[in-house]
Amino acid sequence: MYSPKVMDHFQNPRNVGDMPDADAVGKAGSPTCGDILRLYLKFENGRVSRATFKTFGCGAAIATSSILTEMVVGKTIPELKAITNVQVAKALGGLPPIKMHCSVLAEQALKSALEKR
Amino acid sequence: MKPIYFDNNATTPVRAEVFEAMAPFLAPDGGFGNPSSLHTLGQQAHAAMESSREKVAALLGVADPGEIVFTSCGTEADNMAVIGAAFAHREKGRHLITSAVEHHAVLHACDYLEKEHGFQVTYLPVDRFGRVSPNDLRGALRPDTLLVSIMAANNEMGTIEPIQELGAICRSAGVLFHTDAVQSAGKVPLKLKDCPVDLAAISGHKLYGPKGIGALYIRRGVQLHALLHGGAHEKNRRAGTENVPGAVGLGAACAVALKEMSTDEPRVRKMRDRLETGLMERIPFVFLNGHPTERLGNTTNLTFDAVEGESLVLALDQAGFTLKNDALPGLEVSTGSACASGLLEPSHVLKAIGVPMERIHGSVRFSLGHFNTEADIDTALDIIPKVVDRLRSLSPIWEDRQKEKV
Repeated sequence: MYSPKVMDHFQNPRNVGDMPDADAVGKAGSPTCGDILRLYLKFENGRVSRATFKTFGCGAAIATSSILTEMVVGKTIPELKAITNVQVAKALGGLPPIKMHCSVLAEQALKSALEKR
Repeated sequence: MKPIYFDNNATTPVRAEVFEAMAPFLAPDGGFGNPSSLHTLGQQAHAAMESSREKVAALLGVADPGEIVFTSCGTEADNMAVIGAAFAHREKGRHLITSAVEHHAVLHACDYLEKEHGFQVTYLPVDRFGRVSPNDLRGALRPDTLLVSIMAANNEMGTIEPIQELGAICRSAGVLFHTDAVQSAGKVPLKLKDCPVDLAAISGHKLYGPKGIGALYIRRGVQLHALLHGGAHEKNRRAGTENVPGAVGLGAACAVALKEMSTDEPRVRKMRDRLETGLMERIPFVFLNGHPTERLGNTTNLTFDAVEGESLVLALDQAGFTLKNDALPGLEVSTGSACASGLLEPSHVLKAIGVPMERIHGSVRFSLGHFNTEADIDTALDIIPKVVDRLRSLSPIWEDRQKEKV
């Protein structure tokens, strides 16, 4: 069902954890829907220097969260704003059609982090 | 490393005895005859079908094998009972009663009758353990009720319904009573001839028989419309050339189940209980979904709070990868989480017993079977807490739970 890359990010998620000194925190999803993503960003010189996440959700939700934390590092705010859910899904080698909403969740968490910054 | 299979309510492996019984009817030079043919080859196939019918009747506790009709699966048997009864008795009325926790084979057949044929359906609620109340059934019966359909045991949580009592209410009201016995056949003794049950559906692959075969018990005298129209097979009740190897397999599976149920059931129940209590002792925030006692001996449905079911199923399936230890086997289980269903719909069964959405997403069903061993339980009790721990370490909800505790 999932690509090897999705399974890799699900089984070896990158950058898991909280960030007490985060500059921005993004949230998306709800327990009722079965997925919650918390994204933490740290900025240095106008670019993301560190990103971490915590996710409650299915394999695809965990994998999209993990790859998102890799995709955002080194990016400026305008570059972050340009990241779309399709790019997140593509970076994972694609997602099953019914799991595309997990990539939307990642985009929403990122947008929410930028709004609250 | 051979995986540990805890998904026997989804399907079971074909037992060796069943495979051996079927093989002569599948072999290129074997008994391929059409049971309708008058020649020797055909009559051999016919005899094999009838002998299987007797074995199915024996497992269901039915006196007359002529009351058993072979179908292509449990779903067809349920559809034939619900739709066949509705069409045959539409003169009597347009009302059917079922429960909120039925299998989709019954629920969607009812839905079809409502939407396409103008029938009315009452969906009885269940208590927090999944049981239908006899009083609710009494209250829902109407003069125009033609059929009541309540499952014998639930596939997701194993809860056993009070079939004897519900059937008796229908019998005294003169209403047909169907039971989906797919999960209970082979797991609990059935004596349908002494039960106020008119129709009962079973499936081959849930009791160590092959896929592609099921059966419907139709009490003598009960009129049903056929779903398939064609030849005079199954005494005009189900057209289509018989699945002889499948029927032989179902018969063999029923014979094995009848012989071994009294020893197998307590052995499996003991393992299930050890798994259930063991997990609850080892892992905090675990909840049982279903009836604590009135339950199939092989099934336990547990919610692991703050973990999503699909990710838990995947992580358990690849336990070696998850825990970075190639020596560990995978564990095969299923979940009621929406994220694991093709339609992103959470379990209607757990919704009906009032489990909050968040906990439905964290539900996992373990359904044990004949081939499980005590060693499987030891391994599962070692692996599952570690996998749950790992997923909880990723979970923001778990983080919140920890804060709540402080």
